[in-house]
Amino acid sequence: MKKLSVLAALLLSTTATADEIWVTNEKDDTISVIDLETLEVTRTLETGERPRGITFSKDYSVVYICASDSDAVQVMDPNTGEILHDLPSGEDPEQFVLHPDDRHLYIANEDDAITTVVDTQSRTVVAQIDVGIEPEGMAVSPDGKIAITTSETTNMAHWIDTETQKLFANTLVDSRPRHAEFVKDGSELWVSSEIGGTITVFDVATQAEKAKIEFKVKGVHPDRVQPVGFELTQGDTHAFVALGPANHLAVVNADTYEVEDYILVGRRVWHMDFNADRSKLFTTNGVSGDVTMVDVASRKAEKTIKVGRFPWGAAFRPTN
Amino acid sequence: MNKFLTAACAAFIGVASQASALDVVIHYIHQEVEQLPTLSNLDPIPDDLGAQGAQLALEDNTTTGRFLGQNYSLDITIVPVGGDFNQAVSEALTKTDLIVLDAPADHIIGAADLEKSSAALLFNVSAPDIALRSEDCRANLLHTFPSRPMQTDALMQFFVKRRWSDIALIEGTQPEDQAYAAAVLASARKFGMSIDARKTWAFDADMRRNAAQEVPLFTQDLGDYDVLVVADEANDFARYIPFNTWHPRPVAGADGLTAKAWDRVVEQWGAAQLQSRFEEQSGRAMLPRDYAAWAAVRSIGEAVTRTQAGDAQSLRDFLLSDQFELAGFKGRPLTYRSWNGQLRQPITLAHRGALVASAPLEGFLHQRSELDTLGLDKPESACSQFD
Repeated sequence: MKKLSVLAALLLSTTATADEIWVTNEKDDTISVIDLETLEVTRTLETGERPRGITFSKDYSVVYICASDSDAVQVMDPNTGEILHDLPSGEDPEQFVLHPDDRHLYIANEDDAITTVVDTQSRTVVAQIDVGIEPEGMAVSPDGKIAITTSETTNMAHWIDTETQKLFANTLVDSRPRHAEFVKDGSELWVSSEIGGTITVFDVATQAEKAKIEFKVKGVHPDRVQPVGFELTQGDTHAFVALGPANHLAVVNADTYEVEDYILVGRRVWHMDFNADRSKLFTTNGVSGDVTMVDVASRKAEKTIKVGRFPWGAAFRPTN
Repeated sequence: MNKFLTAACAAFIGVASQASALDVVIHYIHQEVEQLPTLSNLDPIPDDLGAQGAQLALEDNTTTGRFLGQNYSLDITIVPVGGDFNQAVSEALTKTDLIVLDAPADHIIGAADLEKSSAALLFNVSAPDIALRSEDCRANLLHTFPSRPMQTDALMQFFVKRRWSDIALIEGTQPEDQAYAAAVLASARKFGMSIDARKTWAFDADMRRNAAQEVPLFTQDLGDYDVLVVADEANDFARYIPFNTWHPRPVAGADGLTAKAWDRVVEQWGAAQLQSRFEEQSGRAMLPRDYAAWAAVRSIGEAVTRTQAGDAQSLRDFLLSDQFELAGFKGRPLTYRSWNGQLRQPITLAHRGALVASAPLEGFLHQRSELDTLGLDKPESACSQFD
């Protein structure tokens, strides 16, 4: 009997140690938690209204969720799924990024043309920065000195000095910028433009445009090729770019800025995240309501996992 | 909030001062017209229809302009019924050469033909008339409001997709209804469909009392069909047709399934944000003419942002070039047709409660742009002013 209970405990701990992908379902007001061993949804957690952006604290002890229509950033205990408290976030928070200090959230307030900086410890608003119309894409440089907000209708990347919380540059990009990432140790900033159909690469030191990445999917009209979310592989050698209603991912060589491959995934692919060793990639497919698992090495879609309605954000959670 | 805004604005000045300031003045001119009395007053026409769209686009432009040292302003003139529209346009032209016109087609042509207009850039945000995009086109006039053929082609694509090949048509007696019916017939021909039964609605009874008695009898001799299109632009009687037809069949056109530039049910492609900004500003839902006015003023803003120019000629050249694209919350970049100045745009197919589809529908292909499956394609347009 004693032996048995040890065994049971062991079994329990193995099931508990499977890594997870957390997916926000924009129209279900839930999070689907995908177990990466079984590749099934093991938990469905309730959130505020219209959850979109999702990110874990550095030690994964809490998860932050943009509940856009509840006008709140919610803080959840990932073990219990319980909402611990809300952070003041400004109206309609859509997307955010956690500063490397693990303490400050930079939040895009889509309806208000504002970027809100929140201290997650004191739960107070540290600063609000006026940016362009419909801010969405958010990024912070690895050294924490620069934060970026992109604005969808103003078509700009706004460069924020995190020390003064003031804008120091505004650079035009193509129509409807959606997502921003610092790449190659923060020497480059990449911004995707949904309607423009491009990714603009900036040299961070000078804020000058360095390259423009273009996409062409066979059999899909250029108008439907709409880059949105993207993530970089280990060592920033390649980028996987979601192309929205083109229903494909593009694999971009980050040195030559050339597209090497296109991978068919679900409908209106939005955002994505990797597993622990970045060998698998999980994309949210907004219209088909599922998540596609892509093998990074072979660049093949391997499995589709049904989640809630209009999955939007994705975040990886290691459990060991 | 205000305190914070002032501080933020001060910060912008530092950023924007690198570029020299550019002042862009846009003038919106609305000609009031006598509204036809309609049977129902459930959907009153807002007094600020159109103007609110222009105002919202101005806010959008201004926010962008702050970062680039560009200042936008919007003047609005409302010409009462019987007022001198040309006079109002002439006066506006002394202050700016960027004019947005919300008026019937004949007023718009009159304004475009004014001598002072020749170097100006005019936008039609209200008239769906086919002639304005064809034989009556003007080089200085762009159209952000979709033409009637764009709307009826959208309906027809949906019918083709659903295999509703037998179409019946009821038309009102107003000239607009006749024009809409003509567009329906032309669209049916274009997509290889047939309209076998047609009737004119010429009653003057009050349908709130007896629609249930009149409409079944009226539609009985249409025979059988797959879908009934109602040409009634003011939606005078069309709202009483659904569910009252002799055969239980879907209704489209003026009521039931509608084809429009915009509808409050549109929420994909970031449209939810545009809708909520509009509602917050105006206290009502965004209507097609608001959207057209928004698109016109935003087109100007986008062209100014990209060219750093503010004169009509430079902006017109850019708007008609391959480089221009407007993010119009419809899932595709919007551009202008180089042969007649019409803004290419998806058309919303919806009923009162939800979006049904967005045209062009999948499978309707075109060598240039799928959006050109809607409305007058280059060979179909008799416009030669843009050559």
